[in-house]
Amino acid sequence: MMSDHAPSDIASLPFERALKELEEIVDRLEKGNVPLDESIAIYERGEALKKHCETLLKKAEARIEKITIGPDGKPGTEPLDVEG
Amino acid sequence: MNQTDPTPPSNVQEWTVSALSGALKRTLEDAFGFVRLRAEVSGYRGPHSSGHCYFSLKDEGARIDAVIWKGVFSRLKVKPQEGLEVVVTGRITTFPSSSKYQIVVETIEPAGVGALMAILEERRRKLAAEGLFDERRKRPLPYLPEVVGVVTSPTGAVIRDILHRLADRFPRHVLVWPVRVQGETSAAEVAAAIRGFNALPPGGPLPRPDVIIVARGGGSLEDLWSFNEEIVVRAAAESEIPLVSAVGHETDWTLIDLAADLRAPTPTGAAEKVVPVRAELIAQVDTLVRRHLGAALRFLERRRADVRALARALPRPEDLTAPARQRLDLAAGRLRHGLTANARRHEGDLNRLAQRLARLSPHARLAERSAVLQGLEHRLAAGLAANTLRRRADFDRQASRLTFRPVRERWQNAGERLVLAGLRVQRSYAALLAQRRERLQSCWKLLESLSHKGVLARGYAVVLDEARRPVRSVAALTDGMAVSLQMADGERQATIGGEGSAPGRAPSRSRGKVREGAAPSMQQGSLFDP
Repeated sequence: MMSDHAPSDIASLPFERALKELEEIVDRLEKGNVPLDESIAIYERGEALKKHCETLLKKAEARIEKITIGPDGKPGTEPLDVEG
Repeated sequence: MNQTDPTPPSNVQEWTVSALSGALKRTLEDAFGFVRLRAEVSGYRGPHSSGHCYFSLKDEGARIDAVIWKGVFSRLKVKPQEGLEVVVTGRITTFPSSSKYQIVVETIEPAGVGALMAILEERRRKLAAEGLFDERRKRPLPYLPEVVGVVTSPTGAVIRDILHRLADRFPRHVLVWPVRVQGETSAAEVAAAIRGFNALPPGGPLPRPDVIIVARGGGSLEDLWSFNEEIVVRAAAESEIPLVSAVGHETDWTLIDLAADLRAPTPTGAAEKVVPVRAELIAQVDTLVRRHLGAALRFLERRRADVRALARALPRPEDLTAPARQRLDLAAGRLRHGLTANARRHEGDLNRLAQRLARLSPHARLAERSAVLQGLEHRLAAGLAANTLRRRADFDRQASRLTFRPVRERWQNAGERLVLAGLRVQRSYAALLAQRRERLQSCWKLLESLSHKGVLARGYAVVLDEARRPVRSVAALTDGMAVSLQMADGERQATIGGEGSAPGRAPSRSRGKVREGAAPSMQQGSLFDP
């Protein structure tokens, strides 16, 4: 029932889209008018979406960088210390 | 110059107009080579066809002509505008041919809030006409950006507020593009930063922000002026990355707010707009996950129940084919047997006929009869033997049961009873005999008295024919007929002859009477008839 290889399109899905799709899947499953085959497919997709959402939520990391323009005019970064 | 006037000559130098005008010009230009003048623009009708601008600057009591040369005009950030309160810099010069002086304007800038507001309004109208503020241009912000670009001063409260609020809600990768948010170069820096973020290629070494915040703390209209500059407004409008403006306080409006995809009231507000609250999302996902699992399970359960219900209603496949199968099997079985059965029946018929034939043959009948006879003989012998055996067995059984005692007992018993009965018989017989004798005696007497003998004894006779039947009528008597006359003391033979019948009638009649009258005693007497 579990599919560990989430469809590749999910991996690139923004959080909101993934969440929305998960909601739609849950709604459909709750309404119960999905063909059985499809219900299994969308359940698995729901699992993948859930995993994806959780991954995105876990990946909450704060990185604060400052843009610096190098001599060649190209932007680079360096850490920004706002308290300084 | 010549002394032509009648007036007393004077050593005062005479000026020519041109000389005086030239002197005035030099004097004015020397003295007012650079002035900063605050005034209101008046009579401005736009650049002349030559490209130069001619108008007036005035205040309540005075007016001065002003000119902006073509080259200067094109560089002006703020163009003159009728009624605009401005501060201009320039130099005073004269126009000798018509006795005029004027100011040649080098720079021009709005003077005071009203002036700035007027410029702002004019610029807003112009840019709005270009469609830069159209609602259609607004793009939605990403729900959860990976990278947040911030264009602001790298120092100060603004960036701190934004970073703190982001950290509270949903820590993200933040790229700060440091700019000056005030001063001459500010607008250009802000515009460059916005364009710079947009220029970052997706997937490049520097992550391209998913959303840009352009922020600045509160300040005066002039302080915020950079964010009204066209270059900044255009950069914001052109930004492909959704842009949130957060310039000044909530009550402050700048043109970048109109061009931005979203205007946040404060920098903190901008941080709230660009990221959701992580804890809430986690809760939401958790809820969905629970519903998801629950729904799937319920869904499957419901389907399972449906299947079960349908399966109950569904006839089993065997049931569908069974009748046909059975018929087939039956038919197949009958087919196989049909032939043999058919043959057998014919065979049977043949056999039966043959048997009948055989039975009907005399030999067979003879044999049959002899068999019957033999059987009977056997049965006879066997029956006899069996019978004998059975009888013998019965006899043996009975014989074994036979003892003398009961017989003797019964015998004795019977003997005793016989004696008793004998005695009783003797007694009763004697009694009966006596009784009968008595009755006989009396009957006999009665009979004696009633019988015809009695009548005879009284002198009557009975005529008997040859058959010894009483003759009751003389008609029965024929002449010569031998009769017997019976009288009381005996009988004598007689022969009938002659007439005279009267004496014969009386006895027979009386006899009849006697008989009739004696009938009851005769009946009673019949008991003793032999």
